[in-house]
Amino acid sequence: MDQFQGQTLSWEVKNGIIELALHREPNNEISSHTLGELETFTAELKMHEPDARALIIHSTVKSGFSAGADLRELYGWIQEFGQVEVANHAREYLERIHSVMNAIDVSPLTTIAAVHGVTFGGGFELALTCDLMIADRMARFCFPELRLGLIPGYGGIPRLKRDLGNAVVRDLLLTGRSFNATKAQQIGLVSQVVGEGEALRAARATAAQISKFDRTTSAAAKKFIKPIPHEELRREIDIFCELIARPAVQAGLKKFVESTSAQPYLP
Amino acid sequence: MQTAEQTLDEILTLAAQHFKVPREKLSADADFFQALGIDSLQTLDLLTKLENHFHVELPDYELQGVTDFRTLAGKIQARL
Repeated sequence: MDQFQGQTLSWEVKNGIIELALHREPNNEISSHTLGELETFTAELKMHEPDARALIIHSTVKSGFSAGADLRELYGWIQEFGQVEVANHAREYLERIHSVMNAIDVSPLTTIAAVHGVTFGGGFELALTCDLMIADRMARFCFPELRLGLIPGYGGIPRLKRDLGNAVVRDLLLTGRSFNATKAQQIGLVSQVVGEGEALRAARATAAQISKFDRTTSAAAKKFIKPIPHEELRREIDIFCELIARPAVQAGLKKFVESTSAQPYLP
Repeated sequence: MQTAEQTLDEILTLAAQHFKVPREKLSADADFFQALGIDSLQTLDLLTKLENHFHVELPDYELQGVTDFRTLAGKIQARL
């Protein structure tokens, strides 16, 4: 199908460019429902790959690209399954998430994440699956998982390592601090920083440029230059599942979920 | 280098403009969450705006316990 309107996302194919728009208000938190719709998307993506030229992933939600995993849902699992069984449930879930992320990562299409505002956690991990990232000046990136006693589990660490120096990855991961688009470009994460609200326009212009090239050649170049860290991606799932059963995680999630302050997203 | 008062003044102006609040309603010692009516994600927006304006990088963990503009200005000033 050339277009789809879901509850958490929608897509359309126009002139060979696929545009996937995230739109789960208020912050595009990635829930199991979002995952289901992403699975539908990646199945469709495969059908379009022979003829399409590029994929753009963006958000229509004001606050940003995505604030990451739905932590209320994650906390709900711990309460429902208990600390021991939640690790099994988490593994099953992460394997589905990784399947979606990997499908976008390995797509023969050139992929562009057009980001603005909060691009945190799982949302950051989704953006990292793309070949290029274009950020508007108000984009802000973060891996806050250590604040919750977890590590990024959607493939973020291996993909960040793929793109950046280890010292930068250590800084971002171990401090859990957020950083802006200017810094993201300085460290080589973001290829273009544009004015506020301009990321999608710039992504479309870039997709138009990309579309001029022979598709087979582009796909071959991408496959050559972009390794997929399969072993590390599997190891990340193992580590995440070891950690999630710990009381510290329940305490961290409880604090976030039950917070009535204005500050849950601050360190 | 500009003074701390200048930095504070610019922060108040930027915050008022970004969140569309009358400048005269913001004071140096006001709680910016309340004065601007913002949550943590919007605070990060403010941080981004300030970093872009002053060309500094301020780790967000330095905002722990910071709720007033004067203290925020001090944090920015220390990075100029």
